[in-house]
Amino acid sequence: MEVPELLEEKTTTPAARWLGGMASAMPIVIGYVTIGFAYGVLANKAGLSMFNTLLMSVIVFAGSAQFIAVGLFAAGAPLLSIIATTFVVNLRHLLMSASIAPKLQGWRKPALAWFAFELTDETFGLHSGHFASHTPDPLWVFAANLTAQVAWVAGSWLGASFGQLITDVRPYALDYALPAMFIALLVMQLRGGKTILVAAAAGVISTGLMLAGLDQWSVILATILGATLGMGLELWTNKES
Amino acid sequence: MDQQRILIGLFGMMLVTYLPRVLPVWTLAGRALPRAVEVWLRYVPPAVLAAMLLPALVMPEGALQINFTNLYLLAAIPAFFVAWKTRNLFAPVLTGMALVALARLLGWG
Repeated sequence: MEVPELLEEKTTTPAARWLGGMASAMPIVIGYVTIGFAYGVLANKAGLSMFNTLLMSVIVFAGSAQFIAVGLFAAGAPLLSIIATTFVVNLRHLLMSASIAPKLQGWRKPALAWFAFELTDETFGLHSGHFASHTPDPLWVFAANLTAQVAWVAGSWLGASFGQLITDVRPYALDYALPAMFIALLVMQLRGGKTILVAAAAGVISTGLMLAGLDQWSVILATILGATLGMGLELWTNKES
Repeated sequence: MDQQRILIGLFGMMLVTYLPRVLPVWTLAGRALPRAVEVWLRYVPPAVLAAMLLPALVMPEGALQINFTNLYLLAAIPAFFVAWKTRNLFAPVLTGMALVALARLLGWG
């Protein structure tokens, strides 16, 4: 694989780069095992076979969309409406993919294709934070992504297999792993006043749209408006953030 | 439940999930973009992360809940602080989870 010029990773061995990527994904692992577990429990209760439950985690690999789809499958919704809902719910990844693309200069097409397959909210957050200060190292990135996905699939399997054993995850606060991880990922993105303003605006707009009942469009619309605000501020003040 | 039908649905879901993930990196990687677009894309990460996070904190059960019984929101304050100080992923996750677990143990929220 063609590797772009690296900063510090160049000096370390491939094994160390691989382990570094795995280690960086550990907070995602906590969240994914937990939420994957909840997904597995739900899918099992809804009547999805073990094969389909795990296949969804392998080939779709998108947390919130999987929860919604399980509910729709259970309700007997038409396949087209399930697929259309999945499309809308996951459309935000279009923006994430576009925003991370400029960092992946020199990556070959197969590497980009594989990277995109495992581009989730969390791996995006991890990499967009990391790439701000490091040149992307494919080995490191793939180790992190694969670790995250293995955790997601393992959590799904555990939930579908042993869901009956744990009736309530709330006493362990496992339901808080994901929100807490997003807090950390967001803070990594906050560099100065303009980014804080953009984040606050996007958060408030998204909440407002969700309260207005636009749950499936809220994130993407709020992101577009927030980023536009940031661009406007930056071009207007004509200053780098 | 018809597992065959679900299987077909899963492949449709894969397609509509993968295309938006792959097309931008596939077509834009390494390409020079107009400055305005490049600036806009740089604001996508903070915007999208906040757009996903804030509703989860202020309306964890679907209705707006800005008060002291909302543990998601309360625990977010120390988690934010820890994230800001440590700039690491692990510490805020553990802080947030520990506080929520403790509060529930004490019967709060």
